[in-house]
Amino acid sequence: MADLSCNFAGIKSPNPFWLASAPPTDKKYNVERAFQAGWGGVVWKTLGEDPHVVNVSSRYGAIDYNGQRMAGFNNIELITDRPLEVNLQEIKEVKLAWPDRAVIVSLMVPCNEESWKKILKRVEETGADGVELNFGCPHGMSERGMGAAVGQVPEYVEMVTRWCKAHTRMPVLVKLTPNISDIRVPARAAKAGGCDGIALINTINSITAVDLDVMAPHPTVDGKGTHGGYCGPAVKPIALNMVAEIGRDPATAGVPISGIGGISTWKDAAEFIALGSTSVQVCTAVMNHGFRVVTDMINGLDNWMDSKGYHNLEAFRGAAIKNVRNWNELNLNFKTLAKIDQDKCIECGLCYIVCEDTSHQAISATKLAGAVRPLSKTGNLYSMKYEVIDKECVGCNLCSLVCPVKCIAMVPQETGNPYLPWTKHPNNPMRG
Amino acid sequence: MSSKQVSAQAEGSSVFCEFVKPLDSHTAEVEAVRCYFCYDAPCVRACPTQINIPSFIKRISQGNIRGAATEILDANIMGGTCARVCPVEILCQASCVRTKDDDNAVEIGLLQRFATEEFFKTGEQPFKREPSVGKKVAVVGAGPAGLSCAHRLATLGYDVEIFESRAKSGGLNEYGLAPYKVTTESVQKEVDFILKVGGIKIHHGKSLGKDFTLDSLRKDFAAVFLGMGLSGVNALGVAGEELPGVFDAIKTIEKIRQGEKLVIGSDVVVVGGGNTAVDMAIQMKRLGALSVTLAYRRGTEQMGATVHEQELALKSGVHIRTWAKPVKICAEAGKVCCMEFEGTELNSAGKLVGTGKSFTLKANQIYKAIGQTLLPSTWGDPKTLPEVANGKIKVNAEFETSLAGVYAGGDCIAEGEDLTVTSVQQGKLAALAIHKKGDPRRG
Ligand SMILES: Cc1cc2nc3c(=O)[nH]c(=O)nc-3n(C[C@H](O)[C@H](O)[C@H](O)COP(=O)(O)OP(=O)(O)OC[C@H]3O[C@@H](n4cnc5c(N)ncnc54)[C@H](O)[C@@H]3O)c2cc1C
Ligand SMILES: Cc1cc2nc3c(=O)[nH]c(=O)nc-3n(C[C@H](O)[C@H](O)[C@H](O)COP(=O)(O)O)c2cc1C
Ligand code: SF4
Repeated sequence: MADLSCNFAGIKSPNPFWLASAPPTDKKYNVERAFQAGWGGVVWKTLGEDPHVVNVSSRYGAIDYNGQRMAGFNNIELITDRPLEVNLQEIKEVKLAWPDRAVIVSLMVPCNEESWKKILKRVEETGADGVELNFGCPHGMSERGMGAAVGQVPEYVEMVTRWCKAHTRMPVLVKLTPNISDIRVPARAAKAGGCDGIALINTINSITAVDLDVMAPHPTVDGKGTHGGYCGPAVKPIALNMVAEIGRDPATAGVPISGIGGISTWKDAAEFIALGSTSVQVCTAVMNHGFRVVTDMINGLDNWMDSKGYHNLEAFRGAAIKNVRNWNELNLNFKTLAKIDQDKCIECGLCYIVCEDTSHQAISATKLAGAVRPLSKTGNLYSMKYEVIDKECVGCNLCSLVCPVKCIAMVPQETGNPYLPWTKHPNNPMRG
Repeated sequence: MSSKQVSAQAEGSSVFCEFVKPLDSHTAEVEAVRCYFCYDAPCVRACPTQINIPSFIKRISQGNIRGAATEILDANIMGGTCARVCPVEILCQASCVRTKDDDNAVEIGLLQRFATEEFFKTGEQPFKREPSVGKKVAVVGAGPAGLSCAHRLATLGYDVEIFESRAKSGGLNEYGLAPYKVTTESVQKEVDFILKVGGIKIHHGKSLGKDFTLDSLRKDFAAVFLGMGLSGVNALGVAGEELPGVFDAIKTIEKIRQGEKLVIGSDVVVVGGGNTAVDMAIQMKRLGALSVTLAYRRGTEQMGATVHEQELALKSGVHIRTWAKPVKICAEAGKVCCMEFEGTELNSAGKLVGTGKSFTLKANQIYKAIGQTLLPSTWGDPKTLPEVANGKIKVNAEFETSLAGVYAGGDCIAEGEDLTVTSVQQGKLAALAIHKKGDPRRG
């Protein structure tokens, strides 16, 4: 049994699984159910100044991919639409009742020092463990000069972070928007402002679908739509890259990160932690399946850590960062070849057609006499054998990725050649 | 011994409700995504009509039902009926790569049925005729082979006349297929759909050899297609076969399909091992027979009925008695009372021989289902007819018989298995061959 406890800039939780600031953390009722289910912490749904915002009806959209529902999830909701006082009261009650769990309060108020100072005081009175500055909301709030409108301007990120650090003793997390070309820039700004940690990613600007009958984006509000924020399993690769970028940037290395984006399983979480995250935050997975998913996340992470001999999260946190490199440092003498396990091949022909049409014509297709299944007595009866032509295979992985039964392995080859990066390659006119 | 009179029609749907539930748009979508969209897919190879199965399934999953249906119907104009009656467990689904993967083929038949039924609801006619080629072709028999040939020729611009003995079109679709697979309504709707393309005229009640001759057709038409199926039935050749209470399965199934009143025996014996025998046995059980025994002279592996069909029979409560050779039918007061069998086995040379041990099955009705035969003797002067070998019309690779310009397909030729789908394919291929060859008289 590994130790899953987590210490994020002094904020302690029994496990690294936190619920991200979103509808699942909008009120005491939900949060208590989440804690009962085993969540280690919550980031309360973003609070703002009164009068509270108003939401539209018809708020979510999603991408279904080949039968998988909610592979990507999209929303046009704003911050909490409940009065500030009600939220603060409930936060206080929850923290009192669940002292071992992390309760962090997400905040978004207009971009002036007084507003931030005022709300920080009130949050402090609840006994919450920390605050998270929402510089990420990509819709609705940004048009009012908040959320992503701050997150996209590094100077504002630094300034607001500095105000907050000046006006509270609580740890300050800065939540970044991915709707920016280089995530390292706002991350550096947050660090310069004195933040205690960075949380990322918030949602990505998106239109998930167009309703072709109404001719409007989905979700459609009375015949019209607007761009929303994209999240869920589909965004995990984008989030992982951004986490890695911050982790390996010398300017921000070492700043605690709370990784967010498409985390649905223990494995996703372990990947974020391997790239340097201290805690992870989840939203879509619980909006898809309910709070109970945390038990499988905890169980899976625990079993995997035991199998690897990792006694606590620190044992592997950031372990993959050193292997994230610039392309020009990769070994051009490395060679891997596809190998098809003929016993497992079901003869779907997908590897053949993708390599033939879109890659390197490195798989041969041979017609054999006789039916695939002995039962068929009618029709055009032959079967196919697909084999890799080693000398044509460039080791791109495509065939192994499309194979529905995973019967194609990529086998590293012993070439005997030394490490040769692009920086030293004869084809590189700029080589050193 | 009790017997009761039942009208198949009156009982209708409740007795012959289908074994399988059709898919709805949601379950179809869920099933469709199980398809791996194979390249050079084994299921297509196994389909006698070579429907592009991965493509139509992909179209279902993309909500393009019209595209799915037209893909099916282009290759197989009876794709609707075939979806219900094809023995998919030995055809497409037997070849599905999923059977190697999770042992569970994609439900190709059900998906095909979903696509075609949804499309038929729209009432659209997707086929258009090419400009007239100014030629007429005669088709004998309005079964799957004849209708498929006629449809393909009509779309290619030919005018087609079909000559059919019976009052209704469809052949065994209308008179033979089990009522828990198809209904008269679905069959006749399909026939109407096929005819709606235009250019096809059907003369009902016209039999070759009785109402017209093959010579006259060859004179009046550019080409002739023979799709008469198999109209005769094999005899058991045992004593007592002529007794009241002994019936032909095919004729009885025809009555059931046509909703005629039948007397259902309490103890029924069906003799045979093919699909007809299985269909007969299941239908008798469903119509209320107390005990139904299927007696076959060899083992279950040798049965013409597929394993799936045998399972359906067992599930319906039919007893299957294998290795049983008919010896005689006995009567009591002039009526059938039982049937005597001799046990059989394979001898060391692999030949079927009697064991000398006999047994008797109580029976007040006996149904013979031991195969159908060609009846060329009814077709007129033998000198005017195409060559017949081993009880089937001989054809070459282009489906042309020994007579120039006379083509044949379906159950009346030896090629392929006697299935609806094979007959449709042969009718289609014969049409293409006729088109390719042009007018035989102009050589
Ligand atoms: C009981 C039974 C159940 C079956 N179940 C299945 C099944 O589940 N699945 C499957 O795939 N196949 C099944 N089959 C086989 C399938 O029905 C046949 O393979 C198919 O119908 C053959 O088509 P066809 O056009 O060659 O002949 P038919 O369907 O027999 O049609 C021939 C037509 O020609 C007409 N005709 C005959 N003689 C003349 C003449 N002299 N002049 C004019 N017209 C004439 C007949 O009236 C008939 O309409 C079954 C067969 C039977 C008997
Ligand atoms: C293997 C691969 C290589 C690509 N290379 C290029 C490239 O050289 N230049 C470019 O403009 N886009 C490149 N793209 C991006 C594609 O053109 C396209 O914008 C992207 O894949 C998104 O489209 P899709 O997901 O719908 O396929 C590449 C994509 C892939 C998958
Ligand atoms: S790894 Fe790429 S190049 Fe090699 S066989 Fe597979 S698809 Fe072709």
